[in-house]
Amino acid sequence: MSVIDTSPVTGAADPAPARKRPRPVRGSRPGWFVYASLGVVLLAAVVPYYWALLIGSGDSSTIRNPELSWIPGGNFFANAADVLNNPAVNFWAGLWNSIFSSALIAASVVFFSTLAGWAFAKLRFRGGPWLLLFVVATMAVPTQLGVVPLYILFSELGWTGQIGAIIVPALTSAFGVFWMTQYLRQAVPDELIEAARVDGASSFRTFLTVGVPAARPAAAMLGLFTFVTAWNNFFWPFIVLDRQNPTLPVALSLLQSNYFVDYSVVLAGVLLSTVPLLLLFVFAGKQLVSGIMQGAVKG
Amino acid sequence: MTTTLQPPATPASSAPDGPPARTPRRVGFGSTLSAWDLKLSPYLYISPFFVLFIVTGLFPILYTGVISFMDWDQIRGSGTFVGFDQYAYVLSQPAFWDALRNTFSIFVLSTVPQLILAVFIAAMLDQNIRAKTLWRMGVLVPYVMAPVAVALIFSNMFGDQYGIINTLLGRIGLPGVGWHSDAFASHIAIATMVNFRWTGYNTLILLAAMQAVPREYYEAATVDGAGKVRQFFSITLPSLKPTLIFVIITSTIGGLQIFDEPRMFDQSGTGGSDNQWLTISLYLYNLGWGEWNFGRAAALAWILFLIILVIGAVNLFISRSLVRDEGSRDGLSRGQRRAAARAAKQGIAADSTGKGARS
Repeated sequence: MSVIDTSPVTGAADPAPARKRPRPVRGSRPGWFVYASLGVVLLAAVVPYYWALLIGSGDSSTIRNPELSWIPGGNFFANAADVLNNPAVNFWAGLWNSIFSSALIAASVVFFSTLAGWAFAKLRFRGGPWLLLFVVATMAVPTQLGVVPLYILFSELGWTGQIGAIIVPALTSAFGVFWMTQYLRQAVPDELIEAARVDGASSFRTFLTVGVPAARPAAAMLGLFTFVTAWNNFFWPFIVLDRQNPTLPVALSLLQSNYFVDYSVVLAGVLLSTVPLLLLFVFAGKQLVSGIMQGAVKG
Repeated sequence: MTTTLQPPATPASSAPDGPPARTPRRVGFGSTLSAWDLKLSPYLYISPFFVLFIVTGLFPILYTGVISFMDWDQIRGSGTFVGFDQYAYVLSQPAFWDALRNTFSIFVLSTVPQLILAVFIAAMLDQNIRAKTLWRMGVLVPYVMAPVAVALIFSNMFGDQYGIINTLLGRIGLPGVGWHSDAFASHIAIATMVNFRWTGYNTLILLAAMQAVPREYYEAATVDGAGKVRQFFSITLPSLKPTLIFVIITSTIGGLQIFDEPRMFDQSGTGGSDNQWLTISLYLYNLGWGEWNFGRAAALAWILFLIILVIGAVNLFISRSLVRDEGSRDGLSRGQRRAAARAAKQGIAADSTGKGARS
C-alpha cells in the first residue's frame, strides 16, 4: 500500500478514510521492556493527581509530617467544603463562568471555523489563498502583544470584570479556520458541490447540506480542543476579570494567596477544579486522542 | 497541523483544478441573484474571523505600538509622546535581563527533554502493543489539567522545607535543594511542570507522524539485517523531521510566553525575591498591572514580539534546510508525495462523472 493509492478514496459518506484504513502490523508483540517503560510514563502522569488527593484529603499538618502516609486521609470533603463555601474564592461563580464561557467559545469557534474553512477549502474567490496564509500567520502573534490596548478598550466599554471580556476576543480562532480548511479540502469531493448547485441550492444551503455533515468529525474534535483550551486559559482572564467574578483558574489562583497557607485546602480545591475536565476526558478522550493524531498528519 | 509545509502546497494544488471547478457557471445559473450569491458568500463566510481579528487582534497590536511611545495616564485615558524612552527604560532594567535569561533557561529546560522523551514514548507506542487506545489516552491525562492547577501541585511538591521531593532526597542522604531560592533550581521545577503537561501531547503528534511512515521501509531494513535501534535512527527519526520542526516552532512560541507556572510558583507571584524565576510575560504583567505603567508594558510586549520573530525566522531557516535534506533522502518528500496524491485525485475527478471515481 502507498499513500498515493489510498488518498484519492475520499467521500462525504466516509469522513476520514485516509486515516481509517487498517495499518499493517509491524513485527510481533513487543517485550516487557516496552510495557514497563509505558507503565512508568503512565505512573508519572498520574502521580501529581494522586499527590493532590493525598495532601488534599489530609489536614494542615499532613504536609509537615515527614512520615507521610501513602493512603489518602479522610478530610477531603471537609477541605473541599472549605473551598466551596469560602466567600473569598467564589468557586461556584468560577465553575459557572468556566462552563458558560468555554461552551460558548467552543460553539462559536466551531461554527465560524467551519464556515470559513468551507469557503477556503471549497469555494474559489479572489485572494483566497493569500487570506488563508494571513490567517495562518496570525497564529504566531503572542497574546501579550495585544493585552494592554485590549484592556484599555474593555475598560472604556465598562466590560472589565465581566465574563464577556474573555468571551468576545475568543469567538473565532485562526487555528480552527486552518484546521477545518485542511479537513474539508479532502473530505468533500467537488462533484458533490456541483451537484447541489445544479439542483439549484444557494451557496449557504449547499454549505448546510453538504459541508456541515462532512465536517462533523473534525468539528467535534475542534470543539473539544477549544473547550479544553478555553477552560484552562489563565493569562487574559487573570488580567481582565475581577476577583468576585472569576473563572476556575482565576479562582484557583486566589487559593495561593495569603489567606490560604493551608495546602490541604489548596490542593483539595485544585482537585475539585480538575474534576469537570477529567470527566469530559473520560467520556470524550478517545476523540481528543484521535483528533491530535489526525491533525498532525493531515497538515 | 504541520503549518510550515502547507502554504507552498496550497497554490500548487488549487491551480490545476481551476478549470473543472468553473463548470457550474455553464450549467445555467444565468440569474444575477445566484451569481452574486456565489461571488459574495465566500467573503461573507470568512468575514467573522477577519472582523473579530481586526477589532481584538490587529487594532490592539498596532495600538500597543502607539502606547509604547507614550507615557500613559490611567485616569485621563490618554498619553503624552515620549519617543523611545519606555524602550530605553525597559532595556536598562536588570529585571528585564533577568527575565530574558530565565525565559530562555526555562524554555530550553522544558523543550529539549520534553521532545526527546516524546520521541521515545512515541516509539514505544508505535510498537504493536495491546490496548493501544488506553495507553494513548493515558499519556494525555496531564494535558487536561489547567496549568494553574499543575503549578499549584508542583510548587507544593517542590517545597523548600516540606516538599516531597526534598523529603525523598533526604531519605537517600542528599541535601535538600532550594527550589524557590536558587534560580537554576527554580527553572528546573518550572520546566518540570511544563514537561508534565505537554510531553504527552507532543508524543501523540509525533506518534501520528511515525504511523505515516510507509511500513515497507521497515520491512526492507529488516531484510537487510538492520536491528530495531538502527531502524529507529535511520528510518524513524529522519521521517519525523517536518513534524519535529512543527513541534519545535509551536513550543518555542508557547515557551517564550510562559506565564501561568512562574506566576503560581509562590504566594506573591512576582517572580521571586531576586527575580529568580521572573519571565518576560510575568514582568510584563508586573509592569502593566502591578506598577500600572502601560507604556512600559507595551514597550516590553513589542520587545517580546521581536524576540519571537527573530527566533521564528531562525527556526524557519533551519527547518527549510532540514526539509530539503529529507526530500533528497528518499527522492520524494512527504509534501511532494501528498501533492502527487492530490494531483491524482484531481485527475480522476476531472475526467470522470463523479461516483465512479471513488472506487
